[in-house]
Amino acid sequence: MEIRAKFHNKLKGLQDEILVMGSMVEKALLYSVEALKNRDLALAREIVIGDLKINAKRFEIEEQCVELIATQQPMASDLRTLVSMTSITTELERIADHAEGIAKIAIMNGDEPPVKPLVILPRMAEQTAQMLQNSLKALINRDPASARQIAVEDDQIDTYYSQVFRELIVIMTEDPRAITRATRLIWVAHNLERSADRVTNICERVVFIATGKIEEIQASKY
Amino acid sequence: MTNYNGACLCGKISAREVNLYYGNFQALKNITLEVPQCAITAIIGPSGCGKSSFLRLLNRMNDIINGTRVTGDIKLDGQSIYEKSVDVVDLRKRVGMVFQKPNPFSMSIYDNIAFGPRQHGKHNKRELIEIVENSLRQAVLWDEVKDKLEQSALALSGGQQQRLCIARVLAVEPEIILMDEPCSALDPIATLKIEDLMRNLAKDYTIVIVTHNMQQAARVSDMTAFFMMEEDRSGSLVEFGATTHIFTTPKDRRTEDYITGRFG
Repeated sequence: MEIRAKFHNKLKGLQDEILVMGSMVEKALLYSVEALKNRDLALAREIVIGDLKINAKRFEIEEQCVELIATQQPMASDLRTLVSMTSITTELERIADHAEGIAKIAIMNGDEPPVKPLVILPRMAEQTAQMLQNSLKALINRDPASARQIAVEDDQIDTYYSQVFRELIVIMTEDPRAITRATRLIWVAHNLERSADRVTNICERVVFIATGKIEEIQASKY
Repeated sequence: MTNYNGACLCGKISAREVNLYYGNFQALKNITLEVPQCAITAIIGPSGCGKSSFLRLLNRMNDIINGTRVTGDIKLDGQSIYEKSVDVVDLRKRVGMVFQKPNPFSMSIYDNIAFGPRQHGKHNKRELIEIVENSLRQAVLWDEVKDKLEQSALALSGGQQQRLCIARVLAVEPEIILMDEPCSALDPIATLKIEDLMRNLAKDYTIVIVTHNMQQAARVSDMTAFFMMEEDRSGSLVEFGATTHIFTTPKDRRTEDYITGRFG
């Protein structure tokens, strides 16, 4: 007989809130690169403003976690879930900050044409967004195997990052006038690379919730 | 393995394949458990799972219930306590007990504490005064009662009475203290005082506590045993391990379900 139905429903509700926040963050990440690619300044500004909502969501979830810990004395997997949720919201909020960073670069670039057509950066954003979505699926399913698999995909992001970095260095070497714009794109690549790292941190939390073991499942090259 | 105080958790009491029957009813089934020395071992589990029955086996309190039969073995420092040669009075001096409801004798505070030592042949007044003071100090009650030792123990508050009962146990210099729901009749502050006292006592004594309050077990104990009732209503040990593990990453699904409130 389930005795703590009310508490467990609240826990489930909190998990739904994390999914909502996850989808806000995912959109911010994808749209930030889109804004950069299409030089869509209105969209970029929307992302900057939208970040405030994401920050507020994070505090809201965190507050509810603290409240449940204080009032319900959770144990075992419930405790691991609540403690991990506070870290997961922190990671999500930081990914949103990276998206905001990219949006600000789009605003800085203004109407200037990019130093090269943006191909790899949108791919990085899409894959990171997919990894993020899958990490939250693994959270819902308490699936450590999927979580570990997602973390492995971070290698691909690292490879993209190296590729973008090399290409931009070549462009800067050939044409010093491109240095400012190319450097900004390196920042974008870095923001995306860091976002993927934070997804692997979420995966580590999923493994902890499911197994009780805190493990570093994938150390990024960067 | 070490406890909070860094002491070695060596086995003080060792239960091996213990079965307990009340007449035809089997109350405990095949319990094997090693209670470490100078540490607090908590026994948790739903009502009727045999927690208190197991506790009472450790100082043979079940002997007084007619039709009780015990198989298997319980050793205290390697010596079987169910052997015929064992003097039960002597055993209960070594293994003291504190009950759910504080049960001071209807006599003065001083006489409550001196009662045990007198029973064991101590009559020297100076020696008794010393025992009374030491016991009350150990039970962190001395400062509250030192000026009214001749007053009736029944005039003390519930929390004070329970600490008096602990002092009464300490006065006969036991090695082990069994506590059966020692805080269930106390308010939260008195409860925290007893828990604090228990942590202090665990430096010198082996404590086994039965509690319905999981948070109390989590707060106070080094080791936790989870008992459950089987389908035939006999109690069995599901999981035994370090308290930190039991309450964060229990191995058995049934322990997890119980402590997270998914069944009860």
